[in-house]
Amino acid sequence: MKTRILAIALAAAILLIVPTVLSAYQLSLLVKMLIFAIFAMSLDLILGFAGLPSLGHAAYFGAAAYTVSLLALRVVNNFWIDFPAGLLMAVGVSALFGLLALRTHESYFLMITLALAQVLWGIAFGWRSLTGGDDGLPGVPRPNLGLPWSLADRIPFYYFVLIFFALALVLLWIIAHSPFGRVLVGIRENEVRMKVLGYNVWLYKYVAFILAGLFAGLAGNLFAYYNGFVSPSYLSVLFSASGLLMVILGGAGTLFGPALGAGVIVYLENVISVYTERWLMILGVIYVLVTLFAPRGLVGLLRERFGSRLA
Amino acid sequence: MTFWITQLLNGVSFGMLLFLLAAGLSLIYGLMRILNLAHGSYYLLGAYVGLTVVRYTESFVYAAVAGTAVVTVLGILMERFFLRRFPKQALPQALLTFGFLFIIADLALWIWGGNPQTLPKPQVFAASIWVGNIVFPSYRLFVIAVGIIVGLGLWWLQEGTRLGAMIRAGVDDEEMARGTGVNVSLLSTAVFGLGAFLAALGGIMGGPFVGVYPGADFEILLLAFVVVIIGGLGSLKGAFFGGLLVGLLDNFGKALFPELALFTIFAPMAIILAVRPTGLFGRL
Amino acid sequence: MNALAVEGLTKDFGGLRAVDRVTLSASAGERLAIIGPNGAGKTTFFNLITGILPPSSGRISFFGRDVTRFSIHRRAQLGLARTFQITALFPHLTVVESALLAVQASDSVRFTLHRPATAYPHLMDRADALLQQWGLLDRRNVQTLHLSYGEQRQVELVLALAGTPKVLLLDEPTAGLSPAETASVSTMIRRLSREITILLIEHDMDVAFDLVDRVMVLFQGRILAQGTKEEIRKNPEVMEIYLGTDHA
Repeated sequence: MKTRILAIALAAAILLIVPTVLSAYQLSLLVKMLIFAIFAMSLDLILGFAGLPSLGHAAYFGAAAYTVSLLALRVVNNFWIDFPAGLLMAVGVSALFGLLALRTHESYFLMITLALAQVLWGIAFGWRSLTGGDDGLPGVPRPNLGLPWSLADRIPFYYFVLIFFALALVLLWIIAHSPFGRVLVGIRENEVRMKVLGYNVWLYKYVAFILAGLFAGLAGNLFAYYNGFVSPSYLSVLFSASGLLMVILGGAGTLFGPALGAGVIVYLENVISVYTERWLMILGVIYVLVTLFAPRGLVGLLRERFGSRLA
Repeated sequence: MTFWITQLLNGVSFGMLLFLLAAGLSLIYGLMRILNLAHGSYYLLGAYVGLTVVRYTESFVYAAVAGTAVVTVLGILMERFFLRRFPKQALPQALLTFGFLFIIADLALWIWGGNPQTLPKPQVFAASIWVGNIVFPSYRLFVIAVGIIVGLGLWWLQEGTRLGAMIRAGVDDEEMARGTGVNVSLLSTAVFGLGAFLAALGGIMGGPFVGVYPGADFEILLLAFVVVIIGGLGSLKGAFFGGLLVGLLDNFGKALFPELALFTIFAPMAIILAVRPTGLFGRL
Repeated sequence: MNALAVEGLTKDFGGLRAVDRVTLSASAGERLAIIGPNGAGKTTFFNLITGILPPSSGRISFFGRDVTRFSIHRRAQLGLARTFQITALFPHLTVVESALLAVQASDSVRFTLHRPATAYPHLMDRADALLQQWGLLDRRNVQTLHLSYGEQRQVELVLALAGTPKVLLLDEPTAGLSPAETASVSTMIRRLSREITILLIEHDMDVAFDLVDRVMVLFQGRILAQGTKEEIRKNPEVMEIYLGTDHA
């Protein structure tokens, strides 16, 4: 227990001090890692904890990102309107998709979550007048919070994202370890048994699905501001798949694992893309290797090496 | 009037392609509970290999043979050495096939480039047939014929042969099937190979009018999924009628409401999910 | 009013009729054994009562209330509990984690998502008390998949009893157990409060007759005979279908 608290305190300290030592590029990369970590953790809630294999998680990320971008660019650039609107859109879409997808199990669920996300992708791609189609929406401005530090500057923006990351981490941790979270794990382990014990399994799954959508939307919001540009690729299967890999690579059902996995994947993509265009193939190979040799992910490997005290 | 008939023909012929894919997907799932996310990749690879062979030999037949052979072998290798390790576990299998999806997609991009291409039609079907004053591209009719023949062949296989009986037994109760001497392991490999074959065949048949391009694998996979969602996973009938339905919807949708793209497919899919989540003919 | 009443309950699987117009009732506190050869439809019968399978026809009522259309969890919330013949536990969860889930199911905090579970120590206390009662406390931190078969059967019972059920369906609780383990489980069942109505599927007639007041014999989905232990023991039809066991 003490080891764990120490590790967390150390990580927190590092994250707080780090802007002073990193270059602009490195800091930007770290921000991306934090945002994708939120995305991965949100997916972990339904995939790792509840055992729902969603292949379309990009839908809620992208829906929020597009909402924020469209509002900021075309309607009004007001953080207090745009940001909640993005979250609301993510919640709305997940509430709708959840109703449809949760009527199914396992493989059907896999297919349907994929198909539903693709529908959104198709809209973003095809409705050029609204979304700019394949060209996307460039020029999304950073929010103006009326603070003495402009979020257009990289260090204030870093702390802005860091705060949300910490918030997401804490909230998701509480949810995962709450009585509700325990039920999700039970559902993953044996759904019928949970029903026989008296749990309204569908309701738990549905709420979890929406919560996951909410946090994915949070990541999407932040990403729109970070990247200044949204395109259909953030609603794509590839992006959902990347999220999935982040969770599995890090260690499903651990929250910290997926956050770590996100960092690793973002880092790898950045480094590898310098040397080759074949990132997609390498991603595929990582998928196969992780599934074959490290199904419990990095956290799983760490636990085997050092025992459960660390993670 | 001509418009409607042309669209009908296009929709049905495209539907036959979808049937080929959905049938393979369903067969594989029915026996092994594997949802093959690389199925669209088989389609794409079959088409690309066919393309290369046709460039060198000018023969559609050689292209078809080569394309299906290469992909069938690939499918068998995937099943034997990778998927077999995770019997009935949905997520690891999804991840593995996902991985292969990306590997094959990127490999194809690397080898054949990013430009959209088409497979040339076989010479004998290059012309069109006139019925009254309506033109029917004979190739499209050929595709429909092939689809129906394959459908009948698969139906006969499933209902009329020992192999089909073994497959059905394996689907219903694997332990019992093993107990009665069915070599489930060999059967699994054979069925997976058959599924891959069908997908590659679809790719080659579709090459002339759908085209061959990066992203075709995702697109066709998605449509195949919609077909099995509507028709029912594990059902041959569902694959056939679902394929027809989705093919028609996709075609008419693109022709009449181009900006609404996937919406015409989304609506029936959502209705089926709301009313009959296992699909029209599904039992699994 | 009967604790559990079933009228004309039927289940067809395509051409196969697994349960055939079964009618029976159990009054509160009663102990009823359901015996019959393999494939007689006993587990299917339990699946119908708990709601895991929908009936083809018939009615099920629970303390006078028609629950035929109720979902599985709603029936459980009304006080119906069951154990499974093929152990249905939570493979990667420890014994205490499993018990916690069972205990939490009837607790108002089960929907709480804004506070960690450790904020509710009463749940852990109840879980530990339950494990203590069933002699599993020393195995509390062992994962289910590492338990012995006998221990797993015990966890099945713990899960079913955690919510203080009114009607308990036990599906072959002693299947696969050693004679010593069987005796131990029998004792524990006998000690259960008479407020609980128990339906017991048992293959071992010695064990069954020891624990119950009434017996129902199921054969090919139909009730072959119903009555007291003596009546059933003397019933020639029953003995005929059981030829081959040591009680012929």
